Amino acid sequence: METYEKGMEKLAMSEKIRTYQQDIVGDGIESIQKVKEPHGDNSGRAVKYALIAVSVLFLFVMLVLPLIVVIVNALRDGWAVYIRSVRDEYTVKAFWLTVLATVAAATVNTFFGIFAAYLISKFYFRGRQLLVTLIDIPFSISPVIAGLIFILTFGNVGWMGDFLKAHGIKIVFAVPGVILATIFVTFPFVFRELLPVMSAQGKDEEEAAGLMGARGFTIFRRITLPHIKWALLYGVILCTARAMGEFGAVSVISGHLRGKTNTLPLHVEILYNEFNTTAAFAVSSILVILAVLILIARNIVEWKQKK
Amino acid sequence: MQQIVKVKNKKGVRVIPGFGLSMGVTVTMLSVFVLIPLASIFISAGQLSFREFMAVVVSKQVLSGYRVSLSCAFLAALVNVIFGLILAWVLVRYDFPGRRVMDGLIELPFALPTAVAGIALTYLYSDKGWIGSLFAKAGIKIAYTRIGITIAMIFVGIPFVVRAVQPVLEKLDIQYEEAAMMLGAGKVRIFFKVILPELFPALLAGFGLAFARGIGEYGSVVFIAGNIPYKTQIAPLLIMIKLEQYNYADATAIALVLLLLSFLLMLIINSVQLYMQKFSKG
Repeated sequence: METYEKGMEKLAMSEKIRTYQQDIVGDGIESIQKVKEPHGDNSGRAVKYALIAVSVLFLFVMLVLPLIVVIVNALRDGWAVYIRSVRDEYTVKAFWLTVLATVAAATVNTFFGIFAAYLISKFYFRGRQLLVTLIDIPFSISPVIAGLIFILTFGNVGWMGDFLKAHGIKIVFAVPGVILATIFVTFPFVFRELLPVMSAQGKDEEEAAGLMGARGFTIFRRITLPHIKWALLYGVILCTARAMGEFGAVSVISGHLRGKTNTLPLHVEILYNEFNTTAAFAVSSILVILAVLILIARNIVEWKQKK
Repeated sequence: MQQIVKVKNKKGVRVIPGFGLSMGVTVTMLSVFVLIPLASIFISAGQLSFREFMAVVVSKQVLSGYRVSLSCAFLAALVNVIFGLILAWVLVRYDFPGRRVMDGLIELPFALPTAVAGIALTYLYSDKGWIGSLFAKAGIKIAYTRIGITIAMIFVGIPFVVRAVQPVLEKLDIQYEEAAMMLGAGKVRIFFKVILPELFPALLAGFGLAFARGIGEYGSVVFIAGNIPYKTQIAPLLIMIKLEQYNYADATAIALVLLLLSFLLMLIINSVQLYMQKFSKG
């Protein structure tokens, strides 16, 4: 989400700026103003608290209330019903498919992200910018279209359909399709987090190691990796969050086969459409808990990264 | 000395090993997972005649789908620009208890699965929901109308604006504001004449990202939309409906227009950011 420039600036500046602001903004402007108009201070205070109030209200209504709705509704028919919905056979199967797709997406995209970020940040070659643009494509595509392109490739109508049929391989409306779609929508995440950090680090250290005769993998492990470990973890966390919750793309390609190609978000939809609202919210609560855990992990990593 | 000469090639010194390997891995994986599947949509679209394509794209239902998606996403992005600016401002400029928690919350729409957000928002804003019932008394329906769609799009788009503005605001040098103040400018004037112009490119980029996300959004919108034909059917849903009817040609045509729209938007965002870079350097 963060672009190249922003990430770099944020990393370098945020710490400095914050202390700077506390010193200068806190007293500086207000003391200047005090000289100018002795009674002007109250309006600044009022604006501050009004803006904070607006922000808190907005965040509460838009972001926090939906979480509360999920938890309250999940538990409205009592603890027993909740446990039964969560431990339902199809819920458990959907949970494991979600885990599988998420782990697969995180693994593939981490592998790709490291190589791609290394390539873009350590070497200069023609078409570098084009490559970055192409990697970013999944960001700007509707998830529904992401699902559609895999059907048009591997489905019965797709140009690879006949070949796959002849060899008995099923991708669309099967688990491989779910995994492919999940990989697609999360494709740039790790790369995007690594690139600013790797670019900011420059390539002097790698070059020095290279001149001293270090091999490629040694350079990566001893020099590059220590610099990027927090950014890498950060990218993997973002990738996990998105992969776990992917709905549109997976919905198109899964065919909604209960117990086979249903992920947790799809299971939520099915339960909801069957008017089994309590169960839908119960299953949702699993995802809410996971999302909150991911957010906490994200903030811890961001904090470590800044240090 | 000998070794340095050895690694030198026509393009200059390339001391770091692994260029070939990383290039190979990157291009291969990008092709397999993104480019080749993406090419399929153009291959499929190529099989349609222009007349068939146009017949699908300008049909009444599809046009209304585009209109709903674009107008709601545009409105949601505008709302997000306003609240995103306020949130970024509060998070950067003020210190208060709970600021860090608030900062961490911004990414929630990113971490929360869209389907979960969808059913939660629908429940909240339906006529019997906590917020919906308040508005229902005033005769305003939110769920199953375009207002509901817009609210869902605001939900998914807000992190984009906040995270675009925040770093720029952090970097903004306070001395310009001080200078303006010394010259006698009021607070409102300082905001509009000094701060806002600096933030404008970031706001525009955030707007573009939130807009793009809103246009493509499916999971969180589809529940609250109610999907009434010609009224609250969004474009991605139309693709879904065509797919369920195994009408792949129509689905491809609708998707192609949507795809070109988002590419166009991405082009604009990138140009803005390029302009930003030049602007800040020059």
